[in-house]
Amino acid sequence: MSERHEHQTVPSDPALRVKALESLLVEKGIVDPAALDALIDTYQHKVGPRNGARVVARAWVDPAYKQRLFEDATSAIAELGYGGRQGEHMVVVENTPAIHNLVVCTLCSCYPWSVLGLPPVWYKSAPYRSRAVIDPRGVLREFGLELGQDVEVRVWDSTAELRYLVLPERPAGTQDLSEDDLAAMVTRDAMIGVAKVAAPRRARA
Amino acid sequence: MNGVHDMGGMQGLGPVEAEPNEPVFHAPWEARAFAMNIAAGAWRKWNTDAGRYQIELIPAAEYLRMSYYEKWAARLEELLIKAGLVTREEITRGQPAPGSVKATPPFTVDKVPFLLRTGAGAKRDVAVPARFQIGQPVRARNIHPSGHTRLPRYARGHVGTVDRDHGVYVFPDTNAHFLGEKPQHVYSVRFAARELWGDQASARDSVYIDLWDDYLEPV
Repeated sequence: MSERHEHQTVPSDPALRVKALESLLVEKGIVDPAALDALIDTYQHKVGPRNGARVVARAWVDPAYKQRLFEDATSAIAELGYGGRQGEHMVVVENTPAIHNLVVCTLCSCYPWSVLGLPPVWYKSAPYRSRAVIDPRGVLREFGLELGQDVEVRVWDSTAELRYLVLPERPAGTQDLSEDDLAAMVTRDAMIGVAKVAAPRRARA
Repeated sequence: MNGVHDMGGMQGLGPVEAEPNEPVFHAPWEARAFAMNIAAGAWRKWNTDAGRYQIELIPAAEYLRMSYYEKWAARLEELLIKAGLVTREEITRGQPAPGSVKATPPFTVDKVPFLLRTGAGAKRDVAVPARFQIGQPVRARNIHPSGHTRLPRYARGHVGTVDRDHGVYVFPDTNAHFLGEKPQHVYSVRFAARELWGDQASARDSVYIDLWDDYLEPV
Protein backbone atom coordinates (compact mmCIF):
# COMPACT_ATOMS: atom_id res chain seq x y z
CA MET A 1 0.00 0.00 0.00
CA SER A 2 1.21 3.46 -0.77
CA GLU A 3 -0.71 4.83 2.22
CA ARG A 4 0.83 4.26 5.59
CA HIS A 5 1.14 5.72 9.01
CA GLU A 6 4.11 7.91 9.74
CA HIS A 7 4.27 8.44 13.43
CA GLN A 8 7.92 8.08 14.27
CA THR A 9 8.37 11.83 14.67
CA VAL A 10 5.78 12.34 17.41
CA PRO A 11 6.23 11.29 21.06
CA SER A 12 5.97 7.54 21.60
CA ASP A 13 4.38 7.99 25.01
CA PRO A 14 0.67 8.03 24.21
CA ALA A 15 -0.14 10.36 27.09
CA LEU A 16 2.28 13.00 25.78
CA ARG A 17 1.24 12.46 22.21
CA VAL A 18 -2.48 12.83 22.96
CA LYS A 19 -1.86 15.88 25.14
CA ALA A 20 0.12 17.53 22.35
CA LEU A 21 -2.57 16.71 19.83
CA GLU A 22 -5.32 18.14 22.02
CA SER A 23 -3.46 21.34 22.62
CA LEU A 24 -2.91 21.73 18.87
CA LEU A 25 -6.56 21.01 18.04
CA VAL A 26 -7.81 23.42 20.69
CA GLU A 27 -5.48 26.16 19.51
CA LYS A 28 -6.61 25.68 15.93
CA GLY A 29 -10.29 25.60 16.92
CA ILE A 30 -10.79 22.05 15.67
CA VAL A 31 -12.23 20.81 18.97
CA ASP A 32 -13.82 22.50 21.96
CA PRO A 33 -12.31 21.20 25.25
CA ALA A 34 -15.59 21.70 27.13
CA ALA A 35 -17.31 19.43 24.61
CA LEU A 36 -14.63 16.81 25.17
CA ASP A 37 -15.27 17.01 28.92
CA ALA A 38 -19.01 16.58 28.38
CA LEU A 39 -18.49 13.59 26.09
CA ILE A 40 -16.18 11.89 28.58
CA ASP A 41 -18.57 12.54 31.45
CA THR A 42 -21.40 11.05 29.40
CA TYR A 43 -19.59 7.80 28.63
CA GLN A 44 -18.13 7.52 32.12
CA HIS A 45 -21.32 8.16 34.04
CA LYS A 46 -24.46 8.15 31.92
CA VAL A 47 -24.12 5.50 29.23
CA GLY A 48 -23.24 2.01 30.38
CA PRO A 49 -24.46 -1.52 31.00
CA ARG A 50 -27.10 -0.28 33.44
CA ASN A 51 -29.02 0.84 30.34
CA GLY A 52 -28.97 -2.63 28.84
CA ALA A 53 -29.89 -4.16 32.19
CA ARG A 54 -33.08 -2.04 32.25
CA VAL A 55 -33.96 -3.34 28.79
CA VAL A 56 -33.42 -6.94 29.90
CA ALA A 57 -35.41 -6.56 33.11
CA ARG A 58 -38.31 -4.97 31.23
CA ALA A 59 -38.30 -7.82 28.73
CA TRP A 60 -38.38 -10.33 31.58
CA VAL A 61 -41.45 -8.80 33.22
CA ASP A 62 -43.37 -7.57 30.19
CA PRO A 63 -44.02 -10.14 27.40
CA ALA A 64 -45.43 -7.48 25.06
CA TYR A 65 -42.24 -5.42 25.47
CA LYS A 66 -40.13 -8.50 24.81
CA GLN A 67 -42.06 -9.10 21.61
CA ARG A 68 -41.46 -5.51 20.48
CA LEU A 69 -37.79 -5.98 21.27
CA PHE A 70 -37.55 -8.87 18.84
CA GLU A 71 -39.59 -7.10 16.16
CA ASP A 72 -37.83 -3.73 16.32
CA ALA A 73 -35.16 -3.56 18.98
CA THR A 74 -34.09 0.00 18.17
CA SER A 75 -37.60 1.38 18.80
CA ALA A 76 -38.24 -0.79 21.86
CA ILE A 77 -34.94 0.31 23.41
CA ALA A 78 -35.77 3.93 22.60
CA GLU A 79 -38.97 3.52 24.66
CA LEU A 80 -36.68 3.38 27.71
CA GLY A 81 -34.78 6.44 26.53
CA TYR A 82 -31.69 4.77 25.10
CA GLY A 83 -30.36 5.27 21.60
CA GLY A 84 -27.94 7.27 19.53
CA ARG A 85 -24.37 6.56 18.61
CA GLN A 86 -23.47 2.89 18.10
CA GLY A 87 -27.02 1.93 18.95
CA GLU A 88 -28.73 3.21 15.82
CA HIS A 89 -29.62 -0.24 14.49
CA MET A 90 -30.16 -2.74 17.29
CA VAL A 91 -30.93 -6.45 17.26
CA VAL A 92 -31.77 -8.47 20.38
CA VAL A 93 -31.12 -12.22 20.43
CA GLU A 94 -32.54 -14.46 23.14
CA ASN A 95 -30.74 -17.07 25.18
CA THR A 96 -32.81 -20.14 26.10
CA PRO A 97 -31.96 -23.49 27.68
CA ALA A 98 -31.35 -24.77 24.11
CA ILE A 99 -29.65 -21.75 22.46
CA HIS A 100 -26.74 -19.65 23.64
CA ASN A 101 -25.82 -16.45 21.79
CA LEU A 102 -22.42 -14.77 21.83
CA VAL A 103 -21.50 -11.41 20.26
CA VAL A 104 -18.14 -10.40 18.75
CA CYS A 105 -16.71 -8.06 16.14
CA THR A 106 -13.82 -9.86 14.47
CA LEU A 107 -12.86 -6.90 12.23
CA CYS A 108 -12.68 -4.11 14.81
CA SER A 109 -14.58 -3.80 18.07
CA CYS A 110 -18.16 -2.89 17.19
CA TYR A 111 -20.28 -2.83 20.32
CA PRO A 112 -23.73 -1.50 21.30
CA TRP A 113 -22.61 1.65 23.12
CA SER A 114 -26.15 2.91 23.75
CA VAL A 115 -27.00 -0.05 25.98
CA LEU A 116 -23.61 -1.33 27.18
CA GLY A 117 -21.38 1.75 27.12
CA LEU A 118 -17.84 1.51 25.78
CA PRO A 119 -16.42 -2.00 25.39
CA PRO A 120 -14.04 -3.62 27.89
CA VAL A 121 -10.44 -4.25 26.86
CA TRP A 122 -10.92 -8.01 26.49
CA TYR A 123 -13.75 -7.52 23.98
CA LYS A 124 -11.40 -5.39 21.83
CA SER A 125 -8.47 -7.76 22.27
CA ALA A 126 -6.94 -10.00 19.61
CA PRO A 127 -7.57 -13.19 21.62
CA TYR A 128 -11.32 -12.61 21.87
CA ARG A 129 -11.79 -11.31 18.33
CA SER A 130 -9.86 -14.20 16.81
CA ARG A 131 -11.26 -17.06 18.86
CA ALA A 132 -14.92 -16.22 19.47
CA VAL A 133 -15.87 -17.46 16.00
CA ILE A 134 -13.68 -20.58 15.75
CA ASP A 135 -13.76 -21.71 19.39
CA PRO A 136 -16.71 -20.10 21.15
CA ARG A 137 -17.06 -22.94 23.63
CA GLY A 138 -13.39 -22.63 24.61
CA VAL A 139 -13.76 -18.88 25.10
CA LEU A 140 -16.87 -19.38 27.21
CA ARG A 141 -15.02 -21.96 29.31
CA GLU A 142 -12.38 -19.32 30.08
CA PHE A 143 -15.20 -17.13 31.36
CA GLY A 144 -16.32 -20.03 33.57
CA LEU A 145 -19.27 -21.03 31.43
CA GLU A 146 -19.35 -24.68 30.38
CA LEU A 147 -22.13 -25.41 27.89
CA GLY A 148 -23.47 -28.89 27.24
CA GLN A 149 -23.18 -30.43 23.79
CA ASP A 150 -27.00 -30.32 23.59
CA VAL A 151 -26.87 -26.51 23.61
CA GLU A 152 -26.63 -24.71 20.25
CA VAL A 153 -24.10 -21.88 20.22
CA ARG A 154 -24.82 -18.97 17.89
CA VAL A 155 -22.01 -16.47 17.42
CA TRP A 156 -22.97 -13.07 15.99
CA ASP A 157 -20.08 -11.37 14.19
CA SER A 158 -21.21 -7.74 14.01
CA THR A 159 -19.42 -6.93 10.76
CA ALA A 160 -22.03 -4.35 9.64
CA GLU A 161 -23.88 -1.53 11.43
CA LEU A 162 -26.25 -3.82 13.33
CA ARG A 163 -25.45 -3.93 17.03
CA TYR A 164 -26.38 -6.98 19.07
CA LEU A 165 -27.64 -7.31 22.64
CA VAL A 166 -28.09 -10.73 24.19
CA LEU A 167 -31.25 -11.20 26.23
CA PRO A 168 -30.04 -13.61 28.92
CA GLU A 169 -32.20 -16.27 30.53
CA ARG A 170 -34.08 -15.11 33.59
CA PRO A 171 -32.76 -17.17 36.50
CA ALA A 172 -35.10 -19.47 38.38
CA GLY A 173 -36.39 -18.28 41.72
CA THR A 174 -36.75 -14.65 40.69
CA GLN A 175 -40.51 -14.54 40.14
CA ASP A 176 -41.02 -12.32 43.20
CA LEU A 177 -38.32 -9.79 42.37
CA SER A 178 -39.18 -6.29 41.19
CA GLU A 179 -38.04 -4.97 37.83
CA ASP A 180 -35.43 -2.84 39.62
CA ASP A 181 -34.09 -5.85 41.52
CA LEU A 182 -33.94 -7.86 38.31
CA ALA A 183 -32.06 -5.09 36.51
CA ALA A 184 -29.51 -5.03 39.33
CA MET A 185 -28.70 -8.71 38.67
CA VAL A 186 -28.00 -8.34 34.96
CA THR A 187 -24.32 -8.04 34.08
CA ARG A 188 -22.55 -6.64 31.04
CA ASP A 189 -20.99 -10.03 30.36
CA ALA A 190 -24.40 -11.71 30.28
CA MET A 191 -25.56 -9.20 27.66
CA ILE A 192 -22.50 -9.95 25.48
CA GLY A 193 -23.13 -13.65 25.98
CA VAL A 194 -19.97 -14.70 27.84
CA ALA A 195 -21.88 -15.35 31.07
CA LYS A 196 -25.29 -16.25 32.39
CA VAL A 197 -27.17 -14.19 34.92
CA ALA A 198 -26.58 -15.83 38.29
CA ALA A 199 -29.57 -16.66 40.44
CA PRO A 200 -29.86 -14.54 43.58
CA ARG A 201 -28.27 -16.22 46.58
CA ARG A 202 -31.45 -16.84 48.52
CA ALA A 203 -33.09 -18.43 45.48
CA ARG A 204 -30.25 -20.92 45.08
CA ALA A 205 -30.86 -22.66 48.40
CA MET B 1 -7.56 -5.57 2.78
CA ASN B 2 -6.26 -8.88 4.05
CA GLY B 3 -4.86 -7.17 7.12
CA VAL B 4 -4.08 -8.33 10.61
CA HIS B 5 -7.28 -6.60 11.78
CA ASP B 6 -9.27 -9.40 10.11
CA MET B 7 -8.75 -11.76 13.03
CA GLY B 8 -11.65 -14.17 12.94
CA GLY B 9 -10.33 -17.74 13.19
CA MET B 10 -6.69 -16.87 13.95
CA GLN B 11 -5.00 -18.95 16.63
CA GLY B 12 -2.13 -18.43 19.03
CA LEU B 13 -3.04 -14.91 20.12
CA GLY B 14 -3.33 -15.96 23.76
CA PRO B 15 -6.05 -16.38 26.35
CA VAL B 16 -8.88 -13.90 26.83
CA GLU B 17 -8.02 -11.89 29.93
CA ALA B 18 -10.92 -10.13 31.57
CA GLU B 19 -10.18 -7.45 34.14
CA PRO B 20 -12.52 -7.39 37.15
CA ASN B 21 -14.22 -4.04 37.77
CA GLU B 22 -12.59 -2.53 34.74
CA PRO B 23 -12.81 1.28 34.50
CA VAL B 24 -14.27 2.89 31.36
CA PHE B 25 -10.90 4.51 30.69
CA HIS B 26 -7.57 3.36 32.12
CA ALA B 27 -5.92 6.76 31.93
CA PRO B 28 -7.07 10.32 31.26
CA TRP B 29 -5.37 10.34 27.84
CA GLU B 30 -7.57 7.45 26.69
CA ALA B 31 -10.66 9.50 27.45
CA ARG B 32 -9.23 12.54 25.61
CA ALA B 33 -8.29 10.43 22.57
CA PHE B 34 -11.79 8.93 22.50
CA ALA B 35 -13.54 12.28 22.80
CA MET B 36 -11.30 14.00 20.22
CA ASN B 37 -12.18 11.33 17.67
CA ILE B 38 -15.90 11.95 18.17
CA ALA B 39 -15.58 15.73 18.22
CA ALA B 40 -13.29 15.95 15.19
CA GLY B 41 -15.65 13.61 13.32
CA ALA B 42 -18.25 16.36 13.53
CA TRP B 43 -16.31 18.25 10.85
CA ARG B 44 -17.75 15.56 8.55
CA LYS B 45 -14.51 15.38 6.60
CA TRP B 46 -14.56 11.59 6.85
CA ASN B 47 -17.12 8.88 7.59
CA THR B 48 -17.24 5.87 9.90
CA ASP B 49 -15.93 3.54 7.22
CA ALA B 50 -12.99 5.80 6.36
CA GLY B 51 -12.23 5.99 10.08
CA ARG B 52 -12.18 2.19 10.37
CA TYR B 53 -10.02 1.87 7.27
CA GLN B 54 -7.51 4.31 8.72
CA ILE B 55 -7.02 1.95 11.68
CA GLU B 56 -6.54 -0.96 9.27
CA LEU B 57 -3.69 0.99 7.62
CA ILE B 58 -1.63 0.85 10.80
CA PRO B 59 1.29 -1.52 10.03
CA ALA B 60 0.59 -5.03 11.32
CA ALA B 61 3.28 -5.20 14.00
CA GLU B 62 2.20 -1.80 15.32
CA TYR B 63 -1.46 -2.78 15.18
CA LEU B 64 -0.82 -5.77 17.44
CA ARG B 65 1.36 -3.79 19.83
CA MET B 66 -0.80 -0.71 20.26
CA SER B 67 -3.70 -0.47 22.68
CA TYR B 68 -7.15 0.39 21.39
CA TYR B 69 -6.97 4.09 22.21
CA GLU B 70 -3.40 4.37 20.92
CA LYS B 71 -4.84 3.24 17.59
CA TRP B 72 -7.61 5.79 17.89
CA ALA B 73 -5.09 8.57 18.51
CA ALA B 74 -2.85 7.50 15.62
CA ARG B 75 -5.84 7.14 13.31
CA LEU B 76 -7.11 10.60 14.22
CA GLU B 77 -3.81 12.25 13.34
CA GLU B 78 -3.83 10.67 9.90
CA LEU B 79 -7.48 11.54 9.27
CA LEU B 80 -6.91 15.15 10.30
CA ILE B 81 -3.92 15.43 7.96
CA LYS B 82 -5.74 13.84 5.02
CA ALA B 83 -8.71 16.14 5.64
CA GLY B 84 -6.44 19.18 5.61
CA LEU B 85 -7.49 20.23 9.10
CA VAL B 86 -3.89 20.05 10.35
CA THR B 87 -0.52 19.43 8.75
CA ARG B 88 2.03 16.83 9.75
CA GLU B 89 4.41 19.65 10.57
CA GLU B 90 1.90 21.10 13.02
CA ILE B 91 1.55 17.72 14.75
CA THR B 92 5.32 17.31 14.90
CA ARG B 93 5.82 20.82 16.29
CA GLY B 94 2.74 20.68 18.52
CA GLN B 95 1.54 24.12 17.50
CA PRO B 96 -0.33 25.79 14.67
CA ALA B 97 1.60 26.99 11.66
CA PRO B 98 2.42 30.72 11.84
CA GLY B 99 -0.45 32.79 10.52
CA SER B 100 -3.06 30.02 10.57
CA VAL B 101 -6.58 31.18 11.32
CA LYS B 102 -8.45 29.74 14.31
CA ALA B 103 -11.57 27.82 13.30
CA THR B 104 -14.88 27.39 15.15
CA PRO B 105 -15.36 23.84 16.46
CA PRO B 106 -18.56 22.25 15.13
CA PHE B 107 -18.96 19.91 18.10
CA THR B 108 -20.02 21.84 21.18
CA VAL B 109 -21.44 20.84 24.56
CA ASP B 110 -25.02 21.29 23.37
CA LYS B 111 -24.47 18.61 20.69
CA VAL B 112 -23.86 15.82 23.23
CA PRO B 113 -27.57 15.05 23.89
CA PHE B 114 -28.19 14.92 20.14
CA LEU B 115 -25.40 12.39 19.75
CA LEU B 116 -27.03 10.18 22.35
CA ARG B 117 -30.50 10.57 20.87
CA THR B 118 -29.83 10.26 17.18
CA GLY B 119 -26.33 9.10 16.40
CA ALA B 120 -25.32 8.60 12.79
CA GLY B 121 -27.32 5.84 11.22
CA ALA B 122 -26.04 3.95 8.19
CA LYS B 123 -29.50 2.77 7.09
CA ARG B 124 -30.85 4.41 3.96
CA ASP B 125 -34.48 4.83 3.06
CA VAL B 126 -34.10 4.10 -0.63
CA ALA B 127 -35.81 1.46 -2.75
CA VAL B 128 -33.06 -0.98 -3.65
CA PRO B 129 -34.19 -4.48 -4.57
CA ALA B 130 -32.88 -7.34 -2.44
CA ARG B 131 -30.89 -9.83 -4.49
CA PHE B 132 -31.49 -12.61 -1.99
CA GLN B 133 -34.43 -13.93 -0.01
CA ILE B 134 -34.67 -15.19 3.56
CA GLY B 135 -33.94 -18.91 3.61
CA GLN B 136 -31.91 -18.80 0.40
CA PRO B 137 -28.49 -20.48 0.35
CA VAL B 138 -25.72 -18.05 -0.61
CA ARG B 139 -21.97 -18.15 -1.00
CA ALA B 140 -19.71 -15.45 0.40
CA ARG B 141 -17.67 -14.37 -2.61
CA ASN B 142 -14.01 -15.25 -2.82
CA ILE B 143 -12.76 -11.69 -3.19
CA HIS B 144 -9.70 -9.98 -1.76
CA PRO B 145 -10.14 -6.21 -2.09
CA SER B 146 -6.98 -4.25 -1.31
CA GLY B 147 -9.03 -1.44 0.23
CA HIS B 148 -11.62 -1.48 3.00
CA THR B 149 -14.08 -4.35 3.22
CA ARG B 150 -16.29 -5.85 5.89
CA LEU B 151 -16.33 -9.33 4.41
CA PRO B 152 -14.15 -11.32 6.81
CA ARG B 153 -11.65 -13.72 5.28
CA TYR B 154 -12.90 -16.69 7.25
CA ALA B 155 -16.28 -16.49 5.49
CA ARG B 156 -15.03 -16.17 1.91
CA GLY B 157 -15.96 -19.06 -0.35
CA HIS B 158 -18.27 -20.58 2.24
CA VAL B 159 -21.97 -21.31 1.90
CA GLY B 160 -24.54 -20.05 4.36
CA THR B 161 -28.25 -19.32 4.52
CA VAL B 162 -29.90 -15.90 4.58
CA ASP B 163 -31.43 -15.65 8.06
CA ARG B 164 -32.64 -12.02 8.10
CA ASP B 165 -32.80 -9.08 5.75
CA HIS B 166 -31.90 -5.96 7.76
CA GLY B 167 -32.76 -3.49 5.02
CA VAL B 168 -30.62 -1.10 3.00
CA TYR B 169 -27.32 0.26 4.34
CA VAL B 170 -24.34 2.26 3.16
CA PHE B 171 -21.72 0.02 1.50
CA PRO B 172 -18.40 0.35 3.35
CA ASP B 173 -16.17 -0.78 0.48
CA THR B 174 -17.00 2.35 -1.51
CA ASN B 175 -17.89 4.72 1.31
CA ALA B 176 -14.55 4.26 3.08
CA HIS B 177 -12.82 5.57 -0.05
CA PHE B 178 -15.31 8.42 -0.62
CA LEU B 179 -16.61 6.67 -3.74
CA GLY B 180 -20.26 6.96 -2.78
CA GLU B 181 -22.64 5.18 -0.44
CA LYS B 182 -23.84 2.55 -2.95
CA PRO B 183 -26.71 1.58 -0.59
CA GLN B 184 -27.71 -2.08 -0.65
CA HIS B 185 -29.29 -4.80 1.48
CA VAL B 186 -27.50 -6.26 4.48
CA TYR B 187 -28.40 -9.76 5.60
CA SER B 188 -27.56 -11.88 8.59
CA VAL B 189 -26.18 -14.99 6.95
CA ARG B 190 -26.00 -18.15 9.04
CA PHE B 191 -22.95 -20.33 8.45
CA ALA B 192 -22.81 -23.74 10.09
CA ALA B 193 -19.69 -23.88 12.26
CA ARG B 194 -18.61 -27.03 10.41
CA GLU B 195 -18.90 -25.27 7.04
CA LEU B 196 -16.37 -22.72 8.30
CA TRP B 197 -14.10 -24.82 10.52
CA GLY B 198 -14.62 -28.46 9.59
CA ASP B 199 -15.28 -31.39 11.86
CA GLN B 200 -13.51 -29.91 14.86
CA ALA B 201 -16.52 -27.62 15.33
CA SER B 202 -19.74 -28.68 17.00
CA ALA B 203 -22.39 -29.88 14.57
CA ARG B 204 -24.94 -27.71 16.37
CA ASP B 205 -23.10 -24.41 16.33
CA SER B 206 -23.19 -21.59 13.81
CA VAL B 207 -21.81 -18.14 13.10
CA TYR B 208 -24.08 -15.35 11.89
CA ILE B 209 -22.31 -12.69 9.82
CA ASP B 210 -23.86 -9.45 8.57
CA LEU B 211 -23.10 -9.26 4.86
CA TRP B 212 -23.94 -6.81 2.10
CA ASP B 213 -25.47 -7.86 -1.24
CA ASP B 214 -22.18 -7.30 -3.08
CA TYR B 215 -20.43 -9.85 -0.83
CA LEU B 216 -22.76 -12.66 -1.83
CA GLU B 217 -23.51 -14.86 -4.83
CA PRO B 218 -26.24 -17.41 -5.43
CA VAL B 219 -25.41 -21.07 -4.91
